[in-house]
Amino acid sequence: MTVARDGSAIDTEPLIDAHAHFYHAESGRGDWEEVNAARFRAGERIGVTYHVASVLGTYGFSSPTYFPSPTDVTRGNDVMLAICVSEPNRTRMFVTVNPNYTDHALGEIERCVARGAIGVKLLASRRADDPLLDPIAALAAEKGLPILHHIWQHRRREWPSQEISDGADLARLANRHPRATFILAHIGGGGDYMHTYPAIVESPNIYPDLSGSGVDRGMLDEAIAVLGAQRLLWGSDLTMCTGLAKLHALEVMGLSTADMSAIRWENAARIFPGGSFPRCVNISAVHS
Amino acid sequence: MIDVNALIGPYPFRHVPHPDPEVLVRVLDREGITSAWVGHLPSAFYRDPTAGNRELALRLAPYADRLHAVPTIRPDWPLWDRALNVAAAAGAPAIRAYPPQWGMGPHDGSMRELALAVGERGMALLLTVRFEDLRQRHAMDTAGDLSAAAIRTLARAGASVRLVVTAASREMIEEVHWSLTADEQRRVFWDISWIWGPPEDHLAKLFRTIGAERFVFGTHWPLRLTQTPSANLDLLPDDLLGVSLADVRTICPAAATSVSAKKR
Repeated sequence: MTVARDGSAIDTEPLIDAHAHFYHAESGRGDWEEVNAARFRAGERIGVTYHVASVLGTYGFSSPTYFPSPTDVTRGNDVMLAICVSEPNRTRMFVTVNPNYTDHALGEIERCVARGAIGVKLLASRRADDPLLDPIAALAAEKGLPILHHIWQHRRREWPSQEISDGADLARLANRHPRATFILAHIGGGGDYMHTYPAIVESPNIYPDLSGSGVDRGMLDEAIAVLGAQRLLWGSDLTMCTGLAKLHALEVMGLSTADMSAIRWENAARIFPGGSFPRCVNISAVHS
Repeated sequence: MIDVNALIGPYPFRHVPHPDPEVLVRVLDREGITSAWVGHLPSAFYRDPTAGNRELALRLAPYADRLHAVPTIRPDWPLWDRALNVAAAAGAPAIRAYPPQWGMGPHDGSMRELALAVGERGMALLLTVRFEDLRQRHAMDTAGDLSAAAIRTLARAGASVRLVVTAASREMIEEVHWSLTADEQRRVFWDISWIWGPPEDHLAKLFRTIGAERFVFGTHWPLRLTQTPSANLDLLPDDLLGVSLADVRTICPAAATSVSAKKR
């Protein structure tokens, strides 16, 4: 079910949030349970079928959010595994890794995929085109796991607390690993999205997600015009209100039903491992 | 529902699709928004906004029942008080001012004078914290955000002052609100165009702590998706669903008059 513009609940087709996060007791914030509950509450209101989520270490509490220590990476992944166990019908997991610790990163991928993780989350611990990302991309390709990579849209300088990458950086990595699939994080998450579209247009294995607090008019239109609906994934990241606004905006842009379905869930279902989203198939069958 | 934060005209730092009044009216219809207070976007970047105000009045004239002109007045410009009288006579519910874009600091005396003069004429002073996210600005867009200090200084200027502050986020709203007396707090209204919803639930937290009656509906069209503030209201926790924002008519006498005129 999802909420209509008049506030009433309506039947709808599946919706996959390809970019979500959860918190935990060691995240350094006292309201972590409320924030997690709010994500589920808003997800129900929006009609999210699956939250594909990651936990970013301790979110800065005992190591930096974008440079998590191996210990914190493992702790965060354990939390995310536990959430998937307690919420099996609506959560799926990205395993978070820090590519500066290659052995640990590869080990975490193996460990968490064996317990159900369906994708890899890379933060901003190392530039996207750095050779240290190659073994991670190779393993992800071998296992059919998309890599969600944190991105700043058009990196014109360094920003504090992260070693940021942009679409051009990610395209270099994607071009080295044509069998791997990459999700370019949050086109509305800061920076200039108009730079990103041409930077990745010739890298067909990069799929931008639409999340982020940015809701510029023209952002969605250009994404569809340059990249096409078949390469876009719906997502919310830290602002589910802007996610819902973008859904409503897509609804009035004149997209075909097929294109809307592609953005809502079919593209995600295609790039994640087969069978990752069984409820989507069931709901889609009922809806159609 | 009245949108207090709409604009027409192009933006100097990026292409904005069809920022025209006829399109705005169609968007209001589509989104179920009754009417809008409308400013002239390029005027924020003009040295002298006079020509922009003329263009605004001209372009909104065919839609006077839905779109209410909010002229821009620069208080360090000669004869600004005459422009203010013209705006008041035309029935403007509010006046827009852009201190950062004009190089005015938080204690600028001319801005204080403008706030008092606008209030004495029964209008609201509409301030814009930001046009775009700081992280995406053009290299030449160096004005910076409107500061909390500037807002609280104007709120304290006098009892007649009414401020409508647009595009502020939670931290700024809280800083200003809790730096004011109860009387001063009642002079300030915030639009909800730039406040986060779930999972952080900033809007819900502000409604609970500051009160929904301090907030008004604003979209920031044509720069941002019109659907955003409605989506934010739709995602409020159950106990806040359907909560009423401030009645725009109560902000100031000129606002009440403009709404009445529309209904006629």
